[in-house]
Amino acid sequence: MAEFSLPKNSRIQPGKHYPAKEGAKRTRTFHIYRWDPDTSDNPRMDTYEVDLASCGPMVLDALLKIKNEVDPTLTLRRSCREGICGSCAMNIDGTNTLACICAIEDCKAGDVKIHPLPHMPVVKDLVPDLTHFYAQHASIKPWLQTTTPPPPDRERLQSKQDRAKLDGLYECILCACCSTACPSYWWNADRYLGPAILLQAYRWIVDSRDEATGERLDALEDPFKLYRCHTIMNCTRTCPKGLNPAKAIAEIKKLLVERRS
Amino acid sequence: MAGTAYKIQEHKYDIVVVGAGGAGLRATMGLAATGLSTACITKVFPTRSHTVAAQGGISAALGNMGHDDWRFHFYDTVKGGDWLGDQDAIEYMCKHAPAAVIELEHYGVPFSRTDEGRIYQRPFGGMTTDFGKGVAQRTCAAADRTGHAILHTLYQQALKHDAQFFIEYFALDLIFDNEGACRGVMALDLNEGTLHLFRAHGVVIATGGYGRAYFSCTSAHTCTGDGGGLALRAGLALQDMEFVQFHPTGIYGAGCLITEGVRGEGGFLTNSKGERFMERYAPNAKDLASRDVVSRAMTIEIREGRGVGEHHDHIYLNLQHLGADTLHEKLPGISESARIFAGVDVTKQPIPVLPTVHYNMGGIPTNYHGEVVRKVGNDPDRIVEGLYSIGEAACVSVHGGNRLGSNSLLDLVVFGRAVAQRCAETIRPDTPHKPLPASACDEALTRLDRLRNAKGSLPTAQIRLNMQRTMQADAAVFRTEKTLQEGCVKMDAIFQSFDDVHVSDRSLVWNSDLIETYELNNLLYNAVATIHSAEQRHESRGAHAREDYPERDDVNWMKHTLVSVDANGKCSFDYRPVHSHTLTSDVEPVPPKKRVY
Repeated sequence: MAEFSLPKNSRIQPGKHYPAKEGAKRTRTFHIYRWDPDTSDNPRMDTYEVDLASCGPMVLDALLKIKNEVDPTLTLRRSCREGICGSCAMNIDGTNTLACICAIEDCKAGDVKIHPLPHMPVVKDLVPDLTHFYAQHASIKPWLQTTTPPPPDRERLQSKQDRAKLDGLYECILCACCSTACPSYWWNADRYLGPAILLQAYRWIVDSRDEATGERLDALEDPFKLYRCHTIMNCTRTCPKGLNPAKAIAEIKKLLVERRS
Repeated sequence: MAGTAYKIQEHKYDIVVVGAGGAGLRATMGLAATGLSTACITKVFPTRSHTVAAQGGISAALGNMGHDDWRFHFYDTVKGGDWLGDQDAIEYMCKHAPAAVIELEHYGVPFSRTDEGRIYQRPFGGMTTDFGKGVAQRTCAAADRTGHAILHTLYQQALKHDAQFFIEYFALDLIFDNEGACRGVMALDLNEGTLHLFRAHGVVIATGGYGRAYFSCTSAHTCTGDGGGLALRAGLALQDMEFVQFHPTGIYGAGCLITEGVRGEGGFLTNSKGERFMERYAPNAKDLASRDVVSRAMTIEIREGRGVGEHHDHIYLNLQHLGADTLHEKLPGISESARIFAGVDVTKQPIPVLPTVHYNMGGIPTNYHGEVVRKVGNDPDRIVEGLYSIGEAACVSVHGGNRLGSNSLLDLVVFGRAVAQRCAETIRPDTPHKPLPASACDEALTRLDRLRNAKGSLPTAQIRLNMQRTMQADAAVFRTEKTLQEGCVKMDAIFQSFDDVHVSDRSLVWNSDLIETYELNNLLYNAVATIHSAEQRHESRGAHAREDYPERDDVNWMKHTLVSVDANGKCSFDYRPVHSHTLTSDVEPVPPKKRVY
């Protein structure tokens, strides 16, 4: 049987240890993935002991406390700190989520382990390269397509029922937690669109105002783009916004079947 | 010279937009559609910009929910701004609002709908019909995620128009020619750690506000007033910086926003006695008085011992009575936020809230085309060639001394569109670029060299915390001579302490320590401008409430403050008249009168 192992330069080494300051009341230990592309060093896991008595409740609060008070070189994306911008997506204790709405007390007992989103090229520390993910998003033409001109001075009409079909879809924040939790996406990200982008595709397919449904379905009818979804459901399980990309994908598959019959 | 060590990649465009929030994206897609070669440089991926966090809605007198007219909206905005807003610009914004919102719907924004299938509109603070007589339902909403819905749609439209983005590029400094015209911007590519000079016939600053100058704010970590810093360092003045809006309902502790739409849908505030105290402060509008009025009332209640909680230091926002169905349909986002950040089930418990820094009325002074203006001699409206500003970074001024809720998303799209039109009128595509003076980039490179190698004794985060605590304590909801003067002395020292900053990260790729240091520098410029502007304005108007000067003083102070900040943090002042005239005869100017709700 073939043996697989990581290339030497990507094996994660033990890193530095930063003990809590003296007099710390309630310490919790965070193991954080570090990698600096400016050096030829392997990635490492640094360990920080944080005093929760002087720290906000979320994992992002702990990361920023470390960055502000202990190690300013720790690198991560963050912006809104309230779960709406999608910047601070990362893997915390094995689950992809947003650090800003992930409470430290909800983490598994023991030390907290933090990695960048899995299976993406790492730019530095907890910052993944999302260029390909964004390009895939652009590839589905994620904008309203119509041939009928809209009424010149008024909105298009849409019933409450039709508008309700967008609930659970339009709220996606493009954080990439779901796609990077998907084993199919890990293997075939070059050709499989992944749950986040398929959810976006369905958002336009189901919008009563959009008139390109046929073309959109044509574009998805492909063994890789859509059908690499094997209903593993990691996407739905991990979505920090409580959305259900797996269901959106199933709906697309259903429409394709119905179209044939 | 320091600069020779740095390799600079040069780009040439007709127009460069800095920032990809609502205003920057609307401008970018408008410019891309006109045929001008356009680059949008942004320090975060566009959908991460803070417009994404806007909740309640965007105002426009569509009249979908009953009688309305843009002239009522005009009146409300003038009054809401306590007569510091420029009435020509306010006319422009309110008149164009319905078309701007319809345009957004045509782009695909998933607005909530009425039974007739039209855009759903909710009541909001200070929005009335018939010049203050009735309650208007004017704020167009996509549940309580309107900013998210609009920002994503604008990004999608930018993709459709194939706009060119430079994502995770940070603008370091503006580049001017010898005639004082802005001709580009120097930027750092975070991903590669490389320097880029974007040459252009015009630069549009759409960088948003500077909420992070304060300790507690609803603003994102990235709201660091970069545009204000760029302008002040270039020797330009900022306008009305003393006007900082405190949103009445930030979550106690976390500071996250709870939309005014909660009160629009029937929510109300109570004190420790369970009293709906807003009835005493604003007998007509009650909880839907404008934000400055509500924030002051809450502060007084707390100060007089009627705050709630263990320390009697906050207020309750009640929405339990709205029922689970309404909460689920109209306010799902804040229900989630309240659960996560306050541990509250909004169907059963009130949300603990506190007035929290939210919006900067002040910014880079512009006319209603988005062209940056400066005062030269007796001309208060001299255009700075090649420089434009829109959105929260700018001060048009449509919000005057206090912005009405749901007027900011409107401001973004109306003036984003206006600036694109103006550029299309005044710049011919592919005009050759004149050579820049040899020294044009020297200052930017010297500063980069200094900050990259800064080896002082104070980490960036320490100086930032000092600034945030000082601004929070001394430039708050209520202000007095004593606290402001103390605050000015402290802020001046903190500004000076930046000379002693220490940057730990010496790497090139994604050096967030360096970027935060640049952002801190921008914040410091905005902060000293704010607190000194507040100190010198001896009246109370809009969000600027002076306990020692409790009345509005139209004789001496109905004018815009212009503040310049030199390299040592020293502020100097000048003034521009308020435009009390309208743009056309479609609407009568509103003469100043006492502002009651």
